[in-house]
Amino acid sequence: MVVFDKPHALADVPLHYCPGCTHGIVHRLVAEVLDELGIEGKAIGVAPVGCSVMAYDYFNCDMIEAAHGRAPAVATGVKRADPDEHIVFTYQGDGDLASIGMAETVHAAARNENITIIFINNAIYGMTGGQMAPTSLPNQVTQTSPYGRDVKACGFPIRVCELLSELDGPEYLERVTVNNVKNIRNAKKAIKKAFQNQIDKKGFSLIEVLSSCPTNWGMTPQKALEWIDEKMIPYYPLGVYKDRSAKEEK
Amino acid sequence: MAKLVFKTDFCKGCGLCVDACPKKLIRLSPDKINMKGHHPAEITDQEACVGCAFCAQMCPDCVIKVER
Amino acid sequence: MSEKILMKGNEAIAEAAIAAGCRHYFGYPITPQTEVAAYMAKKMPKIGGTFLQAESEIAAINMVYGVSSTGKRVMTSSSSPGISLKGEGLSYLAGADLPALVVNVQRGGPGLGGIQPSQSDYFQATRGAGHGDFHMIVLAPNSVQEMAQLTVKGFELADTYRMTAMILADGTLGQMMEPISLDFDIAPAPAKPWATTGTKMERPHNIVNSLFLKPEELEKHNFLRYDRYRTIEENEVMYEEYMMEDAEICVAAFGIASRVSKNAINEARKQGIKVGMIRPITLWPFPKAPFMKAAEKVKAILSVELSMGQMIEDVKLACECKVPVTLCNRVGGMIPSPDQVLKAICDLQK
Repeated sequence: MVVFDKPHALADVPLHYCPGCTHGIVHRLVAEVLDELGIEGKAIGVAPVGCSVMAYDYFNCDMIEAAHGRAPAVATGVKRADPDEHIVFTYQGDGDLASIGMAETVHAAARNENITIIFINNAIYGMTGGQMAPTSLPNQVTQTSPYGRDVKACGFPIRVCELLSELDGPEYLERVTVNNVKNIRNAKKAIKKAFQNQIDKKGFSLIEVLSSCPTNWGMTPQKALEWIDEKMIPYYPLGVYKDRSAKEEK
Repeated sequence: MAKLVFKTDFCKGCGLCVDACPKKLIRLSPDKINMKGHHPAEITDQEACVGCAFCAQMCPDCVIKVER
Repeated sequence: MSEKILMKGNEAIAEAAIAAGCRHYFGYPITPQTEVAAYMAKKMPKIGGTFLQAESEIAAINMVYGVSSTGKRVMTSSSSPGISLKGEGLSYLAGADLPALVVNVQRGGPGLGGIQPSQSDYFQATRGAGHGDFHMIVLAPNSVQEMAQLTVKGFELADTYRMTAMILADGTLGQMMEPISLDFDIAPAPAKPWATTGTKMERPHNIVNSLFLKPEELEKHNFLRYDRYRTIEENEVMYEEYMMEDAEICVAAFGIASRVSKNAINEARKQGIKVGMIRPITLWPFPKAPFMKAAEKVKAILSVELSMGQMIEDVKLACECKVPVTLCNRVGGMIPSPDQVLKAICDLQK
């Protein structure tokens, strides 16, 4: 009996990501959820600009490539085109979602747009070669903060879940990570809930996934996973930041 | 008995599966090189594998299929 | 003949869009086109459509991109500064070969400019509203009736050629009221097998995309797109000729400038001056042939514009500068008077 295999919704092609990059794990989790909820045939994914720009080749559902940061606006259009039939998700990185596309993110959340957002926070711009992201940590060395992120000069990192949790709009906000098997299981649960919320017409769900970027962090894949524990989680604590339905049920 | 099937040419040799295995049964092959030019992951003792699939869970590239 | 209704130009656009089957509108308030949004806000909820005031022009055009990806008719409208913001989205729509209708009710620029009518976005509309090699079909109405008719036509052309059609109007046309007929012939929309509506597990996935990392592939897509553009240039040119049969002077004018020019031409004819007009209705594709033909018999062409001289470049290219082409213009929200145009015609007659 097969107990673990590639999910159907994930295309049978090699991913272009660097060795040890956790994008691949999150792709698989999204695809597993599409399989388990039986929604691959209704799903329409929106890919961002950034490392996951070619996600449109990796999911077997219909896919749209959006302009940088605009995925939530594109997803809004797709969802509104057929709110009962379309299951719409975006898959975005931190530069895409929290920098150039912050307005689109905040307003989609404020509208409680009935979409699912998978937000990869790896504290760096990966595709362009490791520049400072809106989520780069204080003193983090990147190509454009070669002396470490100086918060006096370029401000503080943005905690997206905390920021959005202040809005009345969103239904569900959770921060997870995928740096070990236990955390991967939690991440999958969160992603599944985010899609189930959409099916149940509950509204905007965003899952922030703390991810690794071994190449641009300049670490081995193993060390990068430890760095998530040591550096990222203290600044970006894991957990549920908003769950309106659960709150209302109480 | 569990069985691991490796899609060897998809492996990038990152080694996350090696660390994930609770029984330390996986290694990066010291002598093989796949089409991508990486030393691919392989199991050293199939008999000892319990099929927990931790390795497959950690693999970013869906290289490992687990049968039990 | 159906009965006529008194309508504002902006409202005529909205009404015609609904008649054409558009059920999704996304926009952002900006003078002088806000009536389009207001009209849609009132109507759409009553007919099961979507009106959404977006957080920005950028978001609005990307919502259009989203709906268009699913194959449905969709539009946005704005005015000059807002169209600049939409430039990114217009380029992506072109790159992904998506149909859409975009309305620009022009106002004076550059920058924040003013809120009075202008035609100074001609270059932006016909040359490149964003980065990369692409065109939009640009339709220039000169009456409230045409605002409506060209809106319907725009949706049809956009679907046929999988590209953006733009209504290039101006503040005057948007704000003025005229009696119009709302009796349209609406052709059914073509099938869109490329649309991303969910695979239903019955077909391979569709991808809407403008990224081609292999230069050979990107070049191929651009060549194919331009093949389509050539078909449009051959088949879709629209223009109106007025008193050109015996004309010795030709006025070139579109939109509101053509209305002013017509008055001036009528007055000049009374004075015995043989003057006519070619009015481009499609600004892209530009009606080159009638200007080339005119250049063989007229002694001069006068381009009347609400800009510093933008269409005049197309006129010169079209007639290969065989006759002198001069400019008669007002800008910044000012409109040339019939007297000003008449004087310019008389000056050419001398």
